[in-house]
Amino acid sequence: MAKEDLIEAEGEIVEALPNAMFRVKLEGGHRVLAHVAGKMRMHFIRILPGDKVKIQLSPYDLTRGRITYRYK
Amino acid sequence: MRRVLNATDTAIMREAGQAAACILKKIGRLIKPGVCTKDIERFFESELARFPGMSAAFKGFSGFPAALCVSINDEVIHGIPSPDRLIAEGDLVSVDLGIKFKDLFVDTARTYFAGRVATQAKKLAAVCLRALEIGIRAARIGNTTGDIGAAIQSYVQSQGFSVVRQFVGHGIGEALHLEPEVPNFGKAGEGQRFTEGMAIAIEPMIAAGGYEIEIAADGWTARTKDRRLAAHFEHTVMITRNGPYIITG
Repeated sequence: MAKEDLIEAEGEIVEALPNAMFRVKLEGGHRVLAHVAGKMRMHFIRILPGDKVKIQLSPYDLTRGRITYRYK
Repeated sequence: MRRVLNATDTAIMREAGQAAACILKKIGRLIKPGVCTKDIERFFESELARFPGMSAAFKGFSGFPAALCVSINDEVIHGIPSPDRLIAEGDLVSVDLGIKFKDLFVDTARTYFAGRVATQAKKLAAVCLRALEIGIRAARIGNTTGDIGAAIQSYVQSQGFSVVRQFVGHGIGEALHLEPEVPNFGKAGEGQRFTEGMAIAIEPMIAAGGYEIEIAADGWTARTKDRRLAAHFEHTVMITRNGPYIITG
């Protein structure tokens, strides 16, 4: 199984979009379009605007990300 | 400090690698239009049961829900087998599987043709396999991950295809993914140097169009952004003093 080359960042959910996609604002102010990681969907973790989350970004496409953790 | 793999470890991984190669070959005969991708997973699991002590390495890895990946056409990797997904005539199907045996891991993948496929699809698969061979050739003591990446990248691009950046090969052994990352692109001489007793998974992922990837709604399946075809081949390779030793072939 291929390993993913990625950057971890933190952000805040700005808005929820259809298809389990979210707009996330990163610490640097960048806004990215992110989807929810398969692992989180499996455990039915709900994500709402305002949540602080951990997000993974590919260095080859910094406008897209994957939400991997929601902070309490 | 990562474990240096000795002759016993190599023998264990080779046993698992041969099982993987044998099963992948049989899977090749299974791939026909009309087969559902879930059946490929079931076949793998039943075949694997005939090898005592061996288990599917992907199941539960980072939450991955299946025992192997089946990725069709514009799906590059990490396709999840499903009873609703049927293979169609002309599909380019790649299967990626991993086996855990006596606390060691092997990882391998192959791309297959379902029925009669387009010439371009055949070329993409052939170039990807050749890229893997070229990468393996560079896997020697004293070389670096950049040597493998540069060799694969220049060959693939010379054939008019692109190299996926977002996913990379990796060290393997006591875990499925270890340092170093083994990208399919790079500069000769850069990266981590190879030493005796290292095993790596070299896995060129190439695309007919652009290399950008997007992840599907399931959170796993990676497909090309421009929806063009992608191919994937992988071998686990041991770095030995006599050169690269293919564990999964």
